Amino acid sequence: MPEVFEYTWDTPTYKGKTSFNTGVHIGGKWLDGSNKTTIDIINPTNGKLITKVSEAVEADVELAVAAAQKAFDTVWGLNASGSTRSELLWSLAKTMEKHQEELAAIEALDNGKTFGWANGTDVAFSIATIKYFAGWADKVTGQTIETDEKKFSYTRHEPIGVIGQIIPWNFPLLMWSWKIGPALATGNTVVMKPSEFTPLTALRMCSIMEEAGIPDGVVNTVTGYGHIVGSAISSHMSIDKVAFTGSTLVGRKIMEAAAKSNLKTVTLELGGKSPNIIFDDADLEQAVNWTSHGIFWNHGQACCAGSRIFVQEGIYDEFLKRFVARAAEIKLGDPFEAGIDQGPQVSQIQYDRIMGYIDSGKEQGATVALGGERHGTDGYFIKPTIFTDVTTDMKIVQEEIFGPVGVVIKFKDQDDVIKQANDTLYGLASAVFSQNINLAIETGHKLKAGTVWINCANQLHAQVPFGGYKQSGIGRELGEYALHHYTNIKAVHINLRHRM
Amino acid sequence: MSLSTTIQVPNLNKTLTIPTGLFINNEFVASVDSQELIHAYNPATEEIIASIVAGSAKDIDIAVAAARKAFNTTWGKNVTGWERSRLINKLADLIERDAQELAELETLNNGKPMRIARDFDIGDSIQCLRYYAGFADKITGQTIEVDNKSKLAFTRHEPIGVCGQIIPWNYPINMWAWKVAPALAVGCTIVMKPSEITPLTALKLSELIKEAGFPPGVVNTVPSLGSVGGAALSSHLDVDKVAFTGSTVTGRRIMEAAAKSNLKKVSLELGGKSPQLIFESADLDQAASWAALGICYNTGQDCTAGSRVYVQESIYDKFVEILISKVKAQIIGDGFQESSGGGPVVSKGQYDRVWNYIESGKKAGAKVALGGEKREGKGYWVDPTIFTDITSDMQIVQEEIFGPVLVVGVFKTEEEGIALANNTTYGLGAGLHSNDASQCMRVSSALEAGTVWVNQYNILNNNVPFGGKKQSGIGRELGSYALEEYTSVKAIHWNFGEKLEWPL
Repeated sequence: MPEVFEYTWDTPTYKGKTSFNTGVHIGGKWLDGSNKTTIDIINPTNGKLITKVSEAVEADVELAVAAAQKAFDTVWGLNASGSTRSELLWSLAKTMEKHQEELAAIEALDNGKTFGWANGTDVAFSIATIKYFAGWADKVTGQTIETDEKKFSYTRHEPIGVIGQIIPWNFPLLMWSWKIGPALATGNTVVMKPSEFTPLTALRMCSIMEEAGIPDGVVNTVTGYGHIVGSAISSHMSIDKVAFTGSTLVGRKIMEAAAKSNLKTVTLELGGKSPNIIFDDADLEQAVNWTSHGIFWNHGQACCAGSRIFVQEGIYDEFLKRFVARAAEIKLGDPFEAGIDQGPQVSQIQYDRIMGYIDSGKEQGATVALGGERHGTDGYFIKPTIFTDVTTDMKIVQEEIFGPVGVVIKFKDQDDVIKQANDTLYGLASAVFSQNINLAIETGHKLKAGTVWINCANQLHAQVPFGGYKQSGIGRELGEYALHHYTNIKAVHINLRHRM
Repeated sequence: MSLSTTIQVPNLNKTLTIPTGLFINNEFVASVDSQELIHAYNPATEEIIASIVAGSAKDIDIAVAAARKAFNTTWGKNVTGWERSRLINKLADLIERDAQELAELETLNNGKPMRIARDFDIGDSIQCLRYYAGFADKITGQTIEVDNKSKLAFTRHEPIGVCGQIIPWNYPINMWAWKVAPALAVGCTIVMKPSEITPLTALKLSELIKEAGFPPGVVNTVPSLGSVGGAALSSHLDVDKVAFTGSTVTGRRIMEAAAKSNLKKVSLELGGKSPQLIFESADLDQAASWAALGICYNTGQDCTAGSRVYVQESIYDKFVEILISKVKAQIIGDGFQESSGGGPVVSKGQYDRVWNYIESGKKAGAKVALGGEKREGKGYWVDPTIFTDITSDMQIVQEEIFGPVLVVGVFKTEEEGIALANNTTYGLGAGLHSNDASQCMRVSSALEAGTVWVNQYNILNNNVPFGGKKQSGIGRELGSYALEEYTSVKAIHWNFGEKLEWPL
């Protein structure tokens, strides 16, 4: 039988406790993984073990798909009306609210982000996302379409069926809600693979879903490794759609597997190397603050991080001075201590990766304007790092680092910066800072990115769609647009009088 | 003067407290210039339940000013869709909490069975509020390609502004929810005039508006006579839109007043004389059940009451026999008795009206196949009545009776049935019963009604639009369509690249 994980916090920012099962959760039941193996979940603040969780393997994915299919055919799909699904998703959001701080504490423990950020942003936004999609559940409409008076034609927007969802470790609960919200609202059932690094909030959500009244088998949770469980999901013959958020590298593999198996539909939300453009006439103080948020939010572990910072010649020196000073104020420390802004990176692997990029930046001759080294001796802490004097060919300029590392690049004018900004395989997000709205809009319209932030950065809302151009992804999450990826369009032609 | 009163709930040995003042800026207040009272009656006993303040035209002015201030400061574009969603959902939660009490009050004042008030009227109202709460943060406009080099064109779907809402007495709570929900979801503020016959639940709901946390002035409730408050709202120069549910005769007056004053937007949900067609292939037992529901539900006091049933000749005798036995099964009684399927009609006025129609039917030579006889004693009782052997020119066939009085006719061919069904200035609802799919398609297409039920009647859903064709109304309630009634579209043309050469 799988273990129940118990934990008590007695910290300056949070006092409380939690208790939840660490098994795989299929058809409403907690089980050991079929191989009876476990995965160690490490606390990134100190490198120590938090708990073990059951490891799911291929056989567990089979069970999960069967449970999801059964739920789809009996208690979910179109057997549950839109208004029923709406009520249940609303109930889910309210139940999450009830356990808000507990969820935030689990997230901070597991991922390393501060309790303050987890509570005020991650969990709050997750609840808002579920509420938003609860509102859509009874509003999924097709069209009636005029052809001629001898025929009645209409479309139905039907749920797809069993959906595989694979989510990352940077915003575990938030990414969970972005996936579950639209999938359940439209009537699909889910096989969910949380990240093997940060599965704890997803596991806690299993009993929260039960508490909220979500029927068994609607969401099945199988924590496992990407190359085992992720792969099994992507190539499963009875899963009709897979939704993935993670690296571009893995996104390719998922799309290949989908193509080779049953041509399941694929939505991908992948990496980015998003440009953050500051014109001479920007509100400098604001630009500095947003830019700092743009790259250092979540310790730089955001797909939309504004990691290439383009500053126009005229204000370059002043901007850099203020940006470095601003970044130097960021306090690193234990996620549960008061007054801390930044915790550790999520894992040893990520720590090594980021430090590797920092080393390459130094080797390739860039200037370290700030940071560039570890913080402290325990845990995976990296100081906010700013590189200047970079060239386009440098790895730190080309590749996604996914850490608190920004590169600052000087530019001449609008044409110059648009060219440089678009010179990337990625196209997830972008930001433009200028007091001249005409300039900002024009520039924004020319950037090849799925999101353009003007005079802000990394500011999202459940109602506004999010996703990538180019190799940053396929499809959109959030907003009404998300629903399109979770419905199948059926056209019905009813012949009234046409004779053959 | 204390602006609340307690009333006894007979049969249940309890008391309810209700506010009796006008609800303006989240407070219950007296009228500024009138001592008039409105007496709310219990139609089962003919007794006064409570007396409340009757609003004057001046009170309407004050309420409109409160609504306007709220629209300009704490509501309208000053509140996010997210917050509107949260508040409407909170209101739904509170109504759910108080459902039993509200049902008792509804039954006392309107007469309908309490379990129906609680499980259907109030149950549907809660879902209606939640449905529109879900829309509040999904009001989107369009961005439109004009010229990529120089212009950004887009629309904004803005709230219209201050809305006057005038609701009827047949489903006091449910009609309140249908009006309040979409208006609030989109960001409008409201001056609500509940029916002077059934004002009590609107006042009780106003308490919940305050408890839910809506800012003062967002919803204001001014019970008053139609000729006073209704007229004042319709002709008010600072009301941007009036939404009315009630009789066609009053609907006309409202639209006239709107035209003469400030051309405020008008949506009307009016009367009906809705037909049901029973074809020979129909499941007769089911069709008879739906037809019975169509005329018996809410004691026939329903704008979509299926008050004319036309039966195909070949099945006429058989069907009418079944229909009579179904309608006979409806028990009209006190709303607090478990066995009651319908209560009394709502008032003396309605009682006299309906009985006048019944007498006119008899005088015109129609045959009374069921009912048609008055009861002894207190209460505005009308037992289900069926007339057969009708002709199209009879008053009982032409005019809306708004009671449990059904006229039954006969037709030979599909074309004849459709013609009989459409032979009315109304166009609210229609039903057809047939197992021939192509016939269902043809006939539903041909029927001139805003809602056509196929092999069903009366059942509505919050996400499906509802409203009338012809003289049954203007505009739609429910579904996403209702939002359009409370939205004003602004197109913005933002030039960022074009320099004008002047003179041209």
